[in-house]
Amino acid sequence: MNINIEVNNRTLQAHKGETILEALNRNGIRVPTLCNMADLTPTGACRLCVVEVDGRDNLVTSCSQMVEEGMRINTHSPRVVRARKTLVELLLANHPDDCLYCERNGSCELQDLAAELHIRERKVLHKSFTQKLDLSSPSIVRDPAKCILCGRCIRICDEVQSVSTFEFVNRGCNMYVGTTMSRDLNFSNCIGCGQCVLVCPTGALHERQNVAEVMDALSNPEIIPIVQIAPSISVSVATEFGLKPSKDVNGLLYTALRKIGFKYVFDTAVAADIATSEMASELIARKESGNNLPMFSSCCPAWVKFVEQWYPNYIPALSAVKSPQQVMGSLIRNYFASANGINPSKIFSVSVMPCLAKKFEAQREEMTTRGLSDVDSVISTRELVRLIKLYGVDIQGVEPQHADKPFNIRSSAGKLFGISGGSAEALARMVYFKLTSKEINDSKINEIKIVSGVKAYSFNAAGKTFTFAVVNGLKNIHSILQVLVSGEVKLDYIEVMACTGGCVNGGGQPYVDDDKFVKLRAKTIAEIDEAEGIKCAARNPVVQAIYDDFLGETGGEKSKKFLYTRYSKREVLL
Amino acid sequence: MARCDSKSELTFLKDEVISHLHDESWTAEVNAKLSSIRHERVRQPVIFIGITTSSIVAGALKTKAAIEQYLDDYAIDADVICVGSHGLCSREPIVEIQLPGRTRVAFTNVTDDRVNSILDGALNGFIQPENALFQYHSDIHEPWHGIPFRHELPFFKKQNRVLLKNAGIICPDSIAEYVAHGGYRALAKSFRKYTCDDICRIVEESGLRGRGGGSYPTGIKWRKALQVATNERYLICNADESDPGGFMDRLLIESDPHRVIEGIILSSYAISANKAIVYIRDRYKMAIKRIQNAIEQAYEVGLLGYDIMGSGYSLDIEVRKGPGAYVCGEETALIKSLEGKRGMPSIKPPYPSEIGLNGKPTIINNVETLANIPEIINNGSQWFASLGTENSKGTKIFSINGQAAQTCLVEISFGTPLAVLLELAGGVKDGRTFKALHLGGPSGVSITADELDAPIDFDELPQRGIIVGSGGVQVLDDTVCMVDLVKYFMHFIRNESCGKCIPCREGSNRMYQILDNISKRPISKEGHNTLERFKGVIQLETLAEVMRDTSLCGLGQTAPKPILKALKSFREEFEEHIFDRKCRASVCRDLRTFYIDIDKCTGCTACAKKCPTQAIYGTPRSPYFIVEERCIGCGICQETCKFGAVFFK
Amino acid sequence: MSNAEKIEEILDRYSYSGPDSLIPILQDIQNELGCLNEEAIVLVGRKLNLPTSKIYGLATFYNQFKFESKGKNHICLCNGTSCRLKGAKWNMVYLEENLKLKNGQTTRNGQFSLEVVTCMGACEHGPVISINDEYYRGVDPEKLKTILNDLTQE
Repeated sequence: MNINIEVNNRTLQAHKGETILEALNRNGIRVPTLCNMADLTPTGACRLCVVEVDGRDNLVTSCSQMVEEGMRINTHSPRVVRARKTLVELLLANHPDDCLYCERNGSCELQDLAAELHIRERKVLHKSFTQKLDLSSPSIVRDPAKCILCGRCIRICDEVQSVSTFEFVNRGCNMYVGTTMSRDLNFSNCIGCGQCVLVCPTGALHERQNVAEVMDALSNPEIIPIVQIAPSISVSVATEFGLKPSKDVNGLLYTALRKIGFKYVFDTAVAADIATSEMASELIARKESGNNLPMFSSCCPAWVKFVEQWYPNYIPALSAVKSPQQVMGSLIRNYFASANGINPSKIFSVSVMPCLAKKFEAQREEMTTRGLSDVDSVISTRELVRLIKLYGVDIQGVEPQHADKPFNIRSSAGKLFGISGGSAEALARMVYFKLTSKEINDSKINEIKIVSGVKAYSFNAAGKTFTFAVVNGLKNIHSILQVLVSGEVKLDYIEVMACTGGCVNGGGQPYVDDDKFVKLRAKTIAEIDEAEGIKCAARNPVVQAIYDDFLGETGGEKSKKFLYTRYSKREVLL
Repeated sequence: MARCDSKSELTFLKDEVISHLHDESWTAEVNAKLSSIRHERVRQPVIFIGITTSSIVAGALKTKAAIEQYLDDYAIDADVICVGSHGLCSREPIVEIQLPGRTRVAFTNVTDDRVNSILDGALNGFIQPENALFQYHSDIHEPWHGIPFRHELPFFKKQNRVLLKNAGIICPDSIAEYVAHGGYRALAKSFRKYTCDDICRIVEESGLRGRGGGSYPTGIKWRKALQVATNERYLICNADESDPGGFMDRLLIESDPHRVIEGIILSSYAISANKAIVYIRDRYKMAIKRIQNAIEQAYEVGLLGYDIMGSGYSLDIEVRKGPGAYVCGEETALIKSLEGKRGMPSIKPPYPSEIGLNGKPTIINNVETLANIPEIINNGSQWFASLGTENSKGTKIFSINGQAAQTCLVEISFGTPLAVLLELAGGVKDGRTFKALHLGGPSGVSITADELDAPIDFDELPQRGIIVGSGGVQVLDDTVCMVDLVKYFMHFIRNESCGKCIPCREGSNRMYQILDNISKRPISKEGHNTLERFKGVIQLETLAEVMRDTSLCGLGQTAPKPILKALKSFREEFEEHIFDRKCRASVCRDLRTFYIDIDKCTGCTACAKKCPTQAIYGTPRSPYFIVEERCIGCGICQETCKFGAVFFK
Repeated sequence: MSNAEKIEEILDRYSYSGPDSLIPILQDIQNELGCLNEEAIVLVGRKLNLPTSKIYGLATFYNQFKFESKGKNHICLCNGTSCRLKGAKWNMVYLEENLKLKNGQTTRNGQFSLEVVTCMGACEHGPVISINDEYYRGVDPEKLKTILNDLTQE
């Protein structure tokens, strides 16, 4: 139902039941916000979105106030502007002055606010208290001096991821964001998904930098730098280089990386295909024996850490196959090196990932070969963009190239790993093919409803019914686990991605201020899958070649040695 | 303190008294027993001693022990009964003695060393009039000669003690005494005559407004809870009282807890709540014990629990101890605290009366507000509306302390001028000069002498820039520095701010720093930074307005009030601090500038060595001198000097 | 009985309560053990199925909860408006300068700990200090010095 409100002396249409902020945004009137988070209830903490409403003594927060018929609102009266300016000045008073050296220089919301509100004077520099820099985690760095206590990281970790690593500690001006007993991140229950980094408005939370060591490797003539790119990267960086957001710049990235100095560039999606083959055998075998079902995906390292901490009893249920990143890393070190006469210890293996937990995964001790990490360094999408720009490569001016052999051809199922539901889809296709030697199509898939927030479907292959479920965003995992315990539904495979929407929304992805860009990335991947011919890993000639040449058979001795891993319970402060 | 009522007394209440509470149609025997519970006629001496937190600090427990020892030593049969407080805090410990056939007499400041002499006289029928403060009036007993009656004393005469009717008179650990003195009649009457809607209407008509500082009309607030369709509602009695310098609720609960319980039951009935919670500060150990005891007694005699008095209405009361946060006086923060979360207020709407504890309609009322309900029901809404003014009905309790000649707790009708508060407290201590009266604690303002004629009223006072607050009043004299006082309040706010919203969290800290800067000499390399201090004061006004306009809850919105009023009324003091670097009350120690008396200085160099800013120069054996710009006023030189040569102006 | 056993016993008393009894549980544990610690938070978190970060955040919010155990002589210093006006500030300064003791801290030798509270409700007799539940009134730095000396000698 429409109601009329007056904003800045103009009549506007508002919908009954919406907040002033929603009405303003729909009509193109921008009001600054800081603590507001899409899809989560407003808390009214920052007070920046205040507006003047006729008949009210105090200023009113537009994020929480519902519109009423005949409301008269002034969004930029002198009183309001002065209030907003004072609030930001108060934040700046406690904030370090090192914008030029800061991780978020140019993409910081506080910086933008200070510019927007025309703050030209430092009222005072005051350090109320400083907690030291927390460099303990391989994925995330915390710099509490830059924290403006907006509370977004707490909410996303608690309400969306159900991990609850962070909470406000102390009260008033002594308040800070901390973990249990104010320990460092590596002692806490942080799973490294990096969602907090995505929502942090300043440089208080950012990724652990690995660009420096990559640059060192690139300039060292003794080292052979090799890089692999994850499936979701190519659909996520176009806007960073001035291109249309929906453009897939896959080929351009290979060229750019070669220009930077990488000797070999590979596509992680190929490893995804190989991982899918292994997982399919694994699932079929489990289905046969009836043990360890349902099988849980293991390509998301944040999810794996989550299981190791909270649900160690489900460790046997996790797929023992390594994630595509690690599969690729292992194959490079153990197959590609010898096949091309390269000393494996001279290889510096880099992976570009949308995810910060991958940095943690790469240094897990199970992911090593003869003492060397299979993947030496993981850089996030944001770091990749910086690297390309640093080396002066003009993406718009280069010609696209292909990845190097042998990891150069991928099925579109491998590309699907970038979105939520993608790896399940890839697995379904592979399982169906393995059992029927035919390719599955949409008509054979039946959607089923189990609990909200979980997508599920089933299909028949060779007389067996397989039921798959897809979960993204860890708050949704608890309901499905309850269903498992109660035995209401029999599931065979559950794909779990820690980040809402899958890897396209990973902790290492470029910052966006609108959800629609994330959805666009997912849409682009889906379109690629629609358009391409090789839709199943089984049809990928490269995969077949690698098995013929090196691995032998899926689940065979070589596979078990190089492509499988193990997990263990973790004792952390839950 | 062990409970006063014996098992038999409780049984008596339950079986014979309570069933006829509504019409008092008791037999002569029951009436006689009630009369004896009221101590109308005593067979042997009864000694009443006021035991509350403040009287204990004054030594009341030692007094009680001394009395019991005396009675034991002389093998005298006498009852020793603990009572609450009259509110005459500076006269405590108060001991009252009632001899058979004589009126009850009150002795003040009875420390344990005075017990023997007082009892020697009193128990033998001799009372020196100058020892006794007052006696109670009785129709049947002979008064003592030369001792004023309680109701004649100016202290009591000027008050209108409705809520404090029983305070200091009855034993707070006895439900029998409360009932004998007219208690629980309102409850009995309500169950027979009134529906919950009726009670809301009566309270609305009475004009009762919240006493905790919010002053929202109580009846209207209750109705909001009734409007939500649900059968689960909560009533919360807010006894958190974290205002520094206010002890109204504490004294009320420690002296007459059953009044509060009756108010809670009536209010819960009015809003159809089946669960009530008393949220009381953990630090108030005695008040917690007394109210828990009172609740237990109420359960035992069937005034709480299932099917109270056969009415069909059931209520459970739980006592929850507040873990200490001033911000939990705010409704939504209190609810968060009860839900096991950090006490950070939430945005309103939705209001707790619609969505409160566990998502259900919740009414939060202050202790004093609830204590008013029994009398309103007993005497009717017209009676209550006849007290006070047009917009502020009834009475208000104030706790007056600070530099008052006598710290006290008083209850006066609305409409009374503020000056009466000063009168009741006996003016300023030690005959010093009156400076201001501070009402409302950290959210309140200091009132100068020329503003004291203002009537106490929820609407009148705010028009003059004054707030009533929750009842804490401090008397300020010329030994109080206004800058220091205002800094203290801002320090309190800064520590108690929950930290959720930017204006309060950062604003209060910033305002505190500015005030600290004014009252200290920070070591500055450029020398004088008067300009900075002055700029700081200008910034105070901007910050104050932004805090008031944008803070999430009342704590932040009212935090700047003391400063703004002080800047207006005591501008010269602020200017003296900023420009002249002088504190006229000599409180801001760090503002002092020290000088060396050249006649006394021997040049021993001891002070120069100790000076933390190397502000003292000179040649050994010759008088030294202090560089004014570098002196931070710490006073170490004065402490060090053995010759008394260092002084400050 | 070990600390863990004491905590379990307290948790048993609240078996039928949900997460909203978190504060009463922590109050009981602190009364029993003298202060809270990591072990208590972990056990409570497990029992109530609450993340430990939330419990820690709650415990650090309220004045009552402490993670450092009290000293042999726990000093409660009233800093309510009335006591403040009567000079409570100088007592705090004395403690800071002579015992190096600030609010919430315990001296290194465990003799004294300080808690500054606002308003104990004994405004007439200020400045008020209570040590181990014994009240002292009209305390100034001189008197405080004597009181502390007496306690140290015991």
